[in-house]
Amino acid sequence: MVEKLKLKERMKIPRAVMPEQKPEDRKHNFKEVPYGLTEEQALQEAMRCLDCPKKPCIAGCPVEVDIPGFINLILEKDYAAASRKIKETNSLPAICGRVCPQEEQCEIVCVTGKKYKPVAIGYLERFVSDYEREHDLIELPEIAPPTGRRVAIVGSGPAGLTVAGDLIKLGHQVTIFEALHKPGGVLVYGIPEFRLPKAIVQAECDVLAQMGVEFQNSTVIGKMDTVDELFEQGYDAIFIGTGAGLPNFMGIEGENLIGIYSANEYLTRSNLMRAYDEEGADTPIIRGHKVAVLGGGNTAMDAVRTALRLGAEKAYIVYRRSEKEMPARIEEIHHAEQEGIEFHLLTTPIKFFGDDKGKVRAMECIKMELGEPDASGRRRPVPIKDSNYIMEVDLVVVAIGNSSNPLIQATTPGLETNRWGNITVNPETMQTSRKGLYAGGDIVTGGATVILAAGAGKKAARAIHKYLMEEVKK
Amino acid sequence: MPRVVDNQPLSDLIWKMRVEVPRLVTKAKAGQFVIIRVNEQGERVPMSIAGLDHDQGLLSIVYQVVGKTSALMTTVPAGGEISDCVGPLGLPSHVEKWGTACVVGGGIGIAPIYPIAQAYKEAGNKLHTIVGARSKSLLFYEDEHRAVADELHICTDDGSYGHHGFVSDVLKKLLDGGEKVDMVMAIGPVPMMRVVSNLTKDYDVPTWVSLNPLMVDGTGMCGGCRVRVGGETKFACVDGPDFDGHKVDFDLLTSRLSAYRDQERAAMKRLLEDPKCRLTRAVKEFTYPD
Repeated sequence: MVEKLKLKERMKIPRAVMPEQKPEDRKHNFKEVPYGLTEEQALQEAMRCLDCPKKPCIAGCPVEVDIPGFINLILEKDYAAASRKIKETNSLPAICGRVCPQEEQCEIVCVTGKKYKPVAIGYLERFVSDYEREHDLIELPEIAPPTGRRVAIVGSGPAGLTVAGDLIKLGHQVTIFEALHKPGGVLVYGIPEFRLPKAIVQAECDVLAQMGVEFQNSTVIGKMDTVDELFEQGYDAIFIGTGAGLPNFMGIEGENLIGIYSANEYLTRSNLMRAYDEEGADTPIIRGHKVAVLGGGNTAMDAVRTALRLGAEKAYIVYRRSEKEMPARIEEIHHAEQEGIEFHLLTTPIKFFGDDKGKVRAMECIKMELGEPDASGRRRPVPIKDSNYIMEVDLVVVAIGNSSNPLIQATTPGLETNRWGNITVNPETMQTSRKGLYAGGDIVTGGATVILAAGAGKKAARAIHKYLMEEVKK
Repeated sequence: MPRVVDNQPLSDLIWKMRVEVPRLVTKAKAGQFVIIRVNEQGERVPMSIAGLDHDQGLLSIVYQVVGKTSALMTTVPAGGEISDCVGPLGLPSHVEKWGTACVVGGGIGIAPIYPIAQAYKEAGNKLHTIVGARSKSLLFYEDEHRAVADELHICTDDGSYGHHGFVSDVLKKLLDGGEKVDMVMAIGPVPMMRVVSNLTKDYDVPTWVSLNPLMVDGTGMCGGCRVRVGGETKFACVDGPDFDGHKVDFDLLTSRLSAYRDQERAAMKRLLEDPKCRLTRAVKEFTYPD
């Protein structure tokens, strides 16, 4: 146990600064940007936790991680135990330690943060889970005796993986169906290597496989088997976590020119298909010199930083509102700024121009100003008359969100959806309008975050377990 | 990983591969497609279904060597494996009893039009089948089509076999001949589908074409396969691949198919220069048409 300093002294410790690759280096490679805390840093940072009686951080976490509990284990230098403490409620700490927006969840309510900067909970979460993995200390959790109940999970993103991890521990038989050839969903196709190394996602999936989860990749439910056919095959409950779905486009002239990608396509080519590795992968990708990414979310930041790493001389974010309204994490915006991304805010494209080969060469933009708040509570952008100008671009990535993929809904009679086509569920149990059928993640909420999907998976797993044990007779 | 039962040339650069995917075969219908990856570093490529053997659980794919991935496909031996085969994807072809139907297969399209011809016939239609290729050596599936069609019309561009001319010439003759054709379905190179669609528009015969844009996931997630039909953007993977030929923007399709041409050529060049690569002589002599 590290000798605890007096409260006053502990409060004087400055919040840890994450060591990271220098912007001028990292913008030319796909290696992870933050290196992770050193052991010394982690111990210092852990001392900043007051172990306060109310523990508001736990309530701030969508999956209710015992944060002071794992931080105390860091102080005892038992990092693997700290990681296991997190895993009691969160199956994916190495992932969440990297991509969770802690600043608006656990850290925003941290009592230390009232007077000083909050404890860097995300950094610590990453530190302990990396320590556990890198030192080969991962132990498979105890698995309850077989219950004889079978569960099918459709989609292997953060929601599906969480459901799988929780239910396999309870002794149920679990099969995950994944449409793509690798498991991980958005963690693999969407989030770039420099933010979430794919080896970490693979390691999490490997652990689940060792625990007995069966992965069936390259299997599209709704095309191969339907949900009802899975029930007929003897699955007692099914969880749908198929994610965000079809990419939205602007619907403006010239949008189908070569060199205009959806963020989904651009990121999938680069991440899942590893198109950035010209020698090692066959999938091509257009490497733009002047790249505009439309949108202000995390996906837009991922896309624009990918463009830079693929050799763009100029990479722009074009967003119709101001920086304040950007949905991206502050940390991501900050990283993008450091790397030299140019932000064209209060700007929206209205038309694309192509060359004689059908390739995009420019776009016409118009400046916007903020008017009255709209339904989302954000001030509505209004075009400024005669503010049009031409921006030269040879690659455009549209990152303005997704609408739901109708594949499951269209092949599952009696499954209710809302007017956007998202599956409606009981928010307490994540049960859909069909008995034994549950759903969670972006297919329910529309585009959201990894941790909210994991949180939904958590809730669903609890309800599915109850359903299996109380209502499914074996 | 799916096992390849056999993989043989039908002509110099057109090959047929049969893959053992029994679960997929039970679900697949005429007009749908699959996405395969040859090996771990391979790209995901959509392939039309060119035959389904329900008894043995075999899927047929007919492919033409046009670049690195298709060249690599020729190197998979019988009994070997490919990394993935996912499907069935896309909507099945619309099939009903119209009366008289005509299917038109040009070049590589002779293969995927075959299961559709079977489905049209089974639905009780009188069936005209028109197949065409540049020359006799590039024709295949003649016996298969003959067994299904009420009337089989064969043509070659160079006149080396069957009618001398294009499939559209034969179709025009058929439409002029007085027999009422209620439905046309055409699969082949984009210029051929365009010519057929323009022709049938004049005769007011409803016409389906099966589009083959570039894809990544094939489930609607990437939007790479956008096509314009009747002024609207559609995703060929989930809204198609069959569309009303009279409404398709073929110029856009042609343009988007060329998106990676330079990279494709560079990749093929590297493959041909790789001494370890076990390609047949015919495939090694492959050159891009300029």
